[in-house]
Amino acid sequence: MYKIVRKENLGSSVVQFDVEAPKIAAKAKSGQFIIVRLDEQSERIPLTIADYDREAGTITMIFQAVGFSTNALKTLEAGDSILDVVGPLGTASEIENYGTVVCIGGGVGIAPVYPIARDLKEAGNKVISIIGARNEDLLFWKDKMAAISDELLIATDDGSAGIKGFVTDVLKSVMDRENVDRVWAIGPMVMMKAVANTTRPSGVKTIVSLNPIMVDGTGMCGGCRVQIGTETKFACVDGPEFDGHLVDFDLAMRRSSVYKTEELQAVEHDHQCRIGGIGKCH
Amino acid sequence: MPLKAPRTSMPAQDPAERSHNFKEVALGYTAEMAKTEASRCLDCKNPLCVKGCPVEVDIPGFIRAIVSDDMSGAVDVLKQKNNLPAVCGRVCPQESQCESKCVLGIKGESVAIGRLERYTADWDMAQTFKAPEKPEPKSERVAIVGSGPAGLTAAADLAKMGYQVTIFEALHTPGGVLMYGIPEFRLPKAIVQQEIDYIRALGVQIEVNAVVGKTVLVDELLDTEGFDAVFIGTGAGLPNFMNIPGENLNGVYSSNEFLTRTNLMKAYDFPNYHTPIKIGKKVAVIGAGNVAMDAARTALRLGAEESYIVYRRSAAEMPARHEEIEHAEEEGVQFRLLHSPIAYEGDEKGQLTKMTLQRFELGEPDASGRRRPMPIEGDTVEMPIDTVVVAIGQGPNPLVPHSTEGLELTKKGNIVADEETGVTSRDGVFAGGDIVTGAATVILAMGAGKKSARAIDAYLNAKRDQ
Ligand SMILES: Cc1cc2nc3c(=O)[nH]c(=O)nc-3n(C[C@H](O)[C@H](O)[C@H](O)COP(=O)(O)OP(=O)(O)OC[C@H]3O[C@@H](n4cnc5c(N)ncnc54)[C@H](O)[C@@H]3O)c2cc1C
Ligand SMILES: Cc1cc2nc3c(=O)[nH]c(=O)nc-3n(C[C@H](O)[C@H](O)[C@H](O)COP(=O)(O)OP(=O)(O)OC[C@H]3O[C@@H](n4cnc5c(N)ncnc54)[C@H](O)[C@@H]3O)c2cc1C
Ligand code: SF4
Ligand code: SF4
Ligand code: FES
Ligand SMILES: [Mg+2]
Repeated sequence: MYKIVRKENLGSSVVQFDVEAPKIAAKAKSGQFIIVRLDEQSERIPLTIADYDREAGTITMIFQAVGFSTNALKTLEAGDSILDVVGPLGTASEIENYGTVVCIGGGVGIAPVYPIARDLKEAGNKVISIIGARNEDLLFWKDKMAAISDELLIATDDGSAGIKGFVTDVLKSVMDRENVDRVWAIGPMVMMKAVANTTRPSGVKTIVSLNPIMVDGTGMCGGCRVQIGTETKFACVDGPEFDGHLVDFDLAMRRSSVYKTEELQAVEHDHQCRIGGIGKCH
Repeated sequence: MPLKAPRTSMPAQDPAERSHNFKEVALGYTAEMAKTEASRCLDCKNPLCVKGCPVEVDIPGFIRAIVSDDMSGAVDVLKQKNNLPAVCGRVCPQESQCESKCVLGIKGESVAIGRLERYTADWDMAQTFKAPEKPEPKSERVAIVGSGPAGLTAAADLAKMGYQVTIFEALHTPGGVLMYGIPEFRLPKAIVQQEIDYIRALGVQIEVNAVVGKTVLVDELLDTEGFDAVFIGTGAGLPNFMNIPGENLNGVYSSNEFLTRTNLMKAYDFPNYHTPIKIGKKVAVIGAGNVAMDAARTALRLGAEESYIVYRRSAAEMPARHEEIEHAEEEGVQFRLLHSPIAYEGDEKGQLTKMTLQRFELGEPDASGRRRPMPIEGDTVEMPIDTVVVAIGQGPNPLVPHSTEGLELTKKGNIVADEETGVTSRDGVFAGGDIVTGAATVILAMGAGKKSARAIDAYLNAKRDQ
């Protein structure tokens, strides 16, 4: 059992947990992830390691309640425990001094981009961070991001914070104004695709973090396979970070939606149980 | 009893019924059946059957005990050599091992050794649990990586010798393929669980959610975590794909994913369990080994209307156990032999809709002694299909081999280890099971675990005496 030592609501649907997991905290590197299982019936839910405290032996996870399992996770409180937490999984980000780096976090993708931006800053890079979301409610960690960035820029679709527009609009203006050596982009698949398309003409290497549907996270099932150039890779062990210019985003998006019907069914079943309805409930 | 007494058949669930549930197919002998079958054994002076068993179970010994109504004696004899008899009695390929050597098999039918083993183990499980006696403890600590049959056996044997043993398992449940691969209807998980409970009662610690190579390294186990030896039994956990067009469409699964979702994550009980699985009306499983039979039979139970085995050789070459092929046929699995897919196609949503099959004929025998399948030029056929399960074998998972210093590997990436001892190129590191041999069998993995346990004991004794 892994105890939640702190819970913070970062908006109406985004939650932060700090969880006791000393072995994972000791090993975690930016870019890596964990898999959690809430209880005996639970799915295995992959989440990025948003931060870690090696001394306290805790790791930080930030998730958006989007479906059945993340909503169930959201009901836990500080003091409660998660049945299983396994990690750190995946390969670490390649941190070097590249020069000027733009780090882009979209929505809940702000969480995974934070430790990467921090490490890039420590490695001597000039870090320009761009965070964006549909609206202000979905933005978080502005201060944390500002503290480790040379510059922090914000974009929202509705203009409720920062400029009104997409992170790619902001990225374009940054690239117009100065030389950029590398870009990191983590967020919804459509955003990462748009960022990759934005940097493609100039050839600025762009790293994205893919989040295909996973089961084990150890390279055993092959469910997380993604197409990178001419090769099929397993995102859980070969990634999750890949060269954005080589990723087949359309395939990745189609693969991510394979269980849409079942995902709705899970929510519906749970709803029926709650209203004292039909069927076998747990 | 006359020599020609027929082999006692084992009752099974009716095929029409069982193909829709996940309950165990074979129901096991009654006491009477077991005794009848046991009495067929000639109690040979030089029992050839024992030579066919990779862990050398004293077969006439336990069968003799059944005949004389000494069931706890039968259990003792069995457990001297086999830590997981309830598992082996169910899944050993007996027809090519112990039973293939039985003298009765020369002229008639061999003794049903596997069924008797299962009966004995099940009798034992039904008794009130007696905690095993703990031996004089030794000070050395041994780490076991992976909790499949190889790791569990090595752990149990070392614990019986008094060592302090900790198993590190990547998944949230111990048991390896016994838990995540072989389906409930063939090997009930409650049985594997009981075997694991027994191993825990011997004092073995099991740490789940520990991915060696990520959470902790083999080098750290030896250098900083205080272990004196390490046994690696991580299995063959890397699914092979065919690298043909359309293989990444939705609806194409590896057998590992298909079976893990169903067995480990219990997707058959979705939405009570929350992991989904998608199953269409028409399912094709590529391959004809045990894994393929399990997947094809699972597909029917998950609601597929048609389930096919697609295999590029003929029936004679199918590597699965006889009983599994028979059970699959009885349940309605259909066989498309001498066919193999060369491409998949899907709709605009990326969902698989059809596959193109290449037809084959058999040529001269190849290195494996089986006749080589040869594609018939230009002879292809299209088949509409909703779900494909690729069950064409496993490679070694590279997590441990590639994160451990100084471990010699084969070209394919398996760990090089001595067959008799599991000794690797790295001092204090032993290995056995599928990670060494490539995908093989439960009993061979157990045999390797046993041999390594002995070798680790010898290694630690020598170190202590230095
Ligand atoms: C490496 C990695 C890191 C991730 N990091 C984060 C993170 O830091 N914060 C965060 O909020 N989310 C993260 N995700 C996504 C998160 O795992 C999914 O949102 C979650 O599993 C959805 O579960 P659900 O039951 O609530 O929703 P569902 O309704 O079941 O699914 C909603 C969508 O989430 C995706 N999804 C469903 N099941 C899985 C699964 N087993 N694995 C991956 N994706 C799935 C699918 O695209 C699906 O359409 C990450 C995913 C991966 C692979
Ligand atoms: C579907 C299926 C059906 C089969 N049917 C039969 C049958 O009927 N009869 C038969 O004899 N054989 C059968 N087999 C083969 C048999 O199951 C295997 O040969 C046997 O399980 C191998 O045992 P093992 O201990 O080497 O590895 P496994 O059983 O594969 O166990 C390895 C364990 O190590 C863990 N692990 C892997 N990497 C790490 C890591 N980095 N850190 C920590 N832990 C790790 C895995 O999670 C797993 O639990 C079948 C196999 C499958 C897949
Ligand atoms: S362990 Fe397997 S091979 Fe050995 S006697 Fe039992 S069934 Fe036969
Ligand atoms: S060879 Fe057959 S008859 Fe002889 S002891 Fe073994 S099981 Fe019995
Ligand atoms: S999640 Fe199973 S191989 Fe990546
Ligand atoms: Mg879900």
